[in-house]
Amino acid sequence: MNNKLTVSFSPHVRGEDSVTSTMLDVIIALLPALVGGVYYFGIRALAVCLVTVASCVFSEFIWDKATGKENTIGDLSAVVTGMLLSFTLPVTIPYYMAAVGGIFAIIVVKMFFGGLGQNFVNPALAARGFLLASWPVAMTTFVAPMTKLNLFSSNADAVSSATPLAYVKGIEGAQAASYGDLFFGNVGGCIGEVSALFLIIGGLYLILRNVISPVIPFTYIVTVGLFGYLFDGGFMNGDFLYHILSGGVILAGFFMATDYVTSPTTTKGSFIYALGAGIITGVIRLFGGYPEGVTYAILIMNIVTPIIDKYVRPRVFGTGRGVA
Amino acid sequence: MKYTFKGGIHPNDGKKSTENKPIVQLNAPEEMVFPMVQHIGAPCTPCVAVGDDVAVGQKIGDSDAFVSAPVHSSVSGKVKAIEPRRHPNGNMVQCVIIENDGLNTVHPDIHPYTDADGLSVSDMIKLVREAGIVGMGGAAFPTHIKLSPPEDKKIDLCIVNGAECEPYLTSDHRVMIETPEYVCKGITLIMKILGVNKAYIGIEENKPEAISAMKACAKAYDGVEVKVLKTKYPQGSEKHLIKALTGREVPSGKLPADVGVVVNNIDTCTAVYNAIAFRRPLISRIVTVSGSGIKEPTNFRVPVGTPFQYVIDSAGGFNDGVEKVIMGGPMMGVAQFDMSVPVVKGTSGILAFTSKEITPKKNAPCISCGKCVSNCPMNLMPLYINAYAQMGDVDKCLEYNIMDCISCGICTYTCQSEQLPSQNIKRIKDEIVKRSRKQVK
Repeated sequence: MNNKLTVSFSPHVRGEDSVTSTMLDVIIALLPALVGGVYYFGIRALAVCLVTVASCVFSEFIWDKATGKENTIGDLSAVVTGMLLSFTLPVTIPYYMAAVGGIFAIIVVKMFFGGLGQNFVNPALAARGFLLASWPVAMTTFVAPMTKLNLFSSNADAVSSATPLAYVKGIEGAQAASYGDLFFGNVGGCIGEVSALFLIIGGLYLILRNVISPVIPFTYIVTVGLFGYLFDGGFMNGDFLYHILSGGVILAGFFMATDYVTSPTTTKGSFIYALGAGIITGVIRLFGGYPEGVTYAILIMNIVTPIIDKYVRPRVFGTGRGVA
Repeated sequence: MKYTFKGGIHPNDGKKSTENKPIVQLNAPEEMVFPMVQHIGAPCTPCVAVGDDVAVGQKIGDSDAFVSAPVHSSVSGKVKAIEPRRHPNGNMVQCVIIENDGLNTVHPDIHPYTDADGLSVSDMIKLVREAGIVGMGGAAFPTHIKLSPPEDKKIDLCIVNGAECEPYLTSDHRVMIETPEYVCKGITLIMKILGVNKAYIGIEENKPEAISAMKACAKAYDGVEVKVLKTKYPQGSEKHLIKALTGREVPSGKLPADVGVVVNNIDTCTAVYNAIAFRRPLISRIVTVSGSGIKEPTNFRVPVGTPFQYVIDSAGGFNDGVEKVIMGGPMMGVAQFDMSVPVVKGTSGILAFTSKEITPKKNAPCISCGKCVSNCPMNLMPLYINAYAQMGDVDKCLEYNIMDCISCGICTYTCQSEQLPSQNIKRIKDEIVKRSRKQVK
């Protein structure tokens, strides 16, 4: 035995989870939805995903190099951001726009604020918001599932299709989708949001692996459904399931709203956060200018998160009502 | 029904290597070291001089202070020196060094069994104090103080802590299997001292053998009941044991006596029985020697004062690649760097870890995953206390209830990044305690 023993405060053992293993779990959980996206929208969906992932990882790599910081792409968080960003894009989006989105997510939203753990809003959603404001037409042009798309040339002439939410909004020509089509993903929409089934499989995986708590997804999804039921088309006349299954609610509930960095750390706080996001989503959907409100709802609640965490604290053992 | 509490974790328990190994009596080596501080409270002053002959069980250090416990020799022989030596807590402490003559001459005060019936409560408490008994779970708080709660605190329940939730440690486990009747007899005496007629023995369900042994034995003792606890760290924390078994919460900054409960460790009960029935002081204890760095993991009965090196050698010595040696468990134990330190009354285990148990974390910042919050048994928000602790902002730490932290280590254990919340929090807590002591002076 050598004479060099490590001396430190306890504890001397640590759990096996690391940031990298958590990110890997999220990537695994996103794969079913990616497969769904490729199934319905073709190989171009995969190409868009690869572009955003590459753009995110490369941006982080360049930033680290340029600022003389340790290389951090190994924690895989940029890969997760890239995958999530591609899930929120229509399959017909030009590649360069997707790439710009990745650069914005990593450089502006994440690295400008201090890198992993410091961003105050979800990078993927902020980038989607940025793209939506910059190229509104390209970001809202959706094709019907199973449309044949060009992998490399422009898809400007592809027949566009309304999303299930356009129907809720009463947009001309939009038709209601069946529950079955919504559940399996046979509808128009963004690459990763269409198939509820595949998203739920991934979400359950995260819950079972103890990566996320069910509080946020459950509260958020139910709130959106209830809001739709209560206020869509008169009072208590709306379609609970339709509101849940259409648009990005399930994707956002499991994968966006649960982002560790931008969601509260307590159970009570998480509930308030998800409730707020659900209500804002409903308000935008029914009373706002856009057919979909998920992006802005979560971005707004991301900003509220530090305040929630500051004021909503758990009851410390041995204080308050715990003491008779 | 199984009892439990909110929060906590399930670390790899590592108990397999020693849980089925009977306790082995270890003989004392030639040189024994007796630190004058083996408890929480005032240090003792040696009451022997260099050159004196001492017998087994003879008092060699005592103090006039109320919060203190005398120290006894575990061997017979000659006092070789009285000098500062390294203590397992890392400090240099005044120690009585005794050269063991190997004869084991027993001090005349220790005698065969005497009935406790004629003794008054204050007599019994005096015997417990004179025997130098301290809490044997690791904290080493003098037991006679626990047994004499202030008049205004009405005690109605005695809890015996057999949870042993720290990974790797199996000393209490073996005591419950091998000598349950001594434990029960000790409990009966403690109940008598406290004037209560109910005692719960809390044992985690991962020790079925201990549960059945204690259950079979407890039948013969009125009011003593075995309660099965769910296995979860830190079930052995006093506050969480009380919460699990009674639903009572010890108020912040208060003691178990404030909710009518006194908690004692399993082997403390045995020690109380020995003290009252045989006038035998606390001069040996069960030590689990384990971890991947130990050749033959064993449960030893070790005379207090035996140097670590001798105990480790008796367990076959170290394997290659030992990186850390710990006194106590891996979650709350104290890292050691000097193997000449002696086993003290609070040494529940000596663990040697290699890279198998100790894996450094990859460099990554806090990502606010909230695992430290959801698993904190005290319902604190360690990530924020950690951030303020690193900035040295004591006021903010206090605002986040830093002093309610029990240093269980869960925040660091569950942390996905390389952050060390538990360590940072402990540093600030120690500072706050130091400051308040200065103010009192």
